[in-house]
Amino acid sequence: MLRRKALAGVAIAAASGVGAFLLRQRTAQRAEKVDLHFGDGTMVSLAPGDPGADALLGLGRKALRSARD
Amino acid sequence: MEPAQALADLVEISSQIEAVVLLAEDGSIAATTLSDDERARELATTAQEIVAGAAELEQREATQIEVALLDGSVFVVRSGGRTILATTRPDPTVGLVLYDLRSCLRNAAGEAPKPRRSRTRSRAKTGGDDAAA
Repeated sequence: MLRRKALAGVAIAAASGVGAFLLRQRTAQRAEKVDLHFGDGTMVSLAPGDPGADALLGLGRKALRSARD
Repeated sequence: MEPAQALADLVEISSQIEAVVLLAEDGSIAATTLSDDERARELATTAQEIVAGAAELEQREATQIEVALLDGSVFVVRSGGRTILATTRPDPTVGLVLYDLRSCLRNAAGEAPKPRRSRTRSRAKTGGDDAAA
């Protein structure tokens, strides 16, 4: 009985760990960013805090609000 | 093809797109999926601000811009003087959205359309793989 409870505890802990790992990966994939593509095929990716990125992210939020309000 | 028809086709084929505004070369609204004129004007203004902001940053004009946010994404694509802005749900399939927006611009400009992407095929490709397009 005690052994079964211990195994259940280990299984729950392992499942929680896997869940936390997957959630962290998912959140990381959905990080905010701005991608600029140019006619010559080049692309510039900006992260929050990069020069000019926050202004464009702010405009993006404004666009989503306008579209959804 | 009329701009309004091009937009109707776009939202029919792309379930990821929520709202769209298409701007003519002079910046006026050629077509939109929004029923509220004021919101459509706001979105059009924002599209122009995004294009201007990106151009100022890199000292050259971007043809495609993606602003990815946690609660959705905003895409701006320019071609032949026209600009299209679309908002999507979070975590869209970027390649497919950009392909559909480029096709919409081409259709609205009256160019010969490329073969349409079927809904069935688009669902099969939306496995989170952006390289699908």
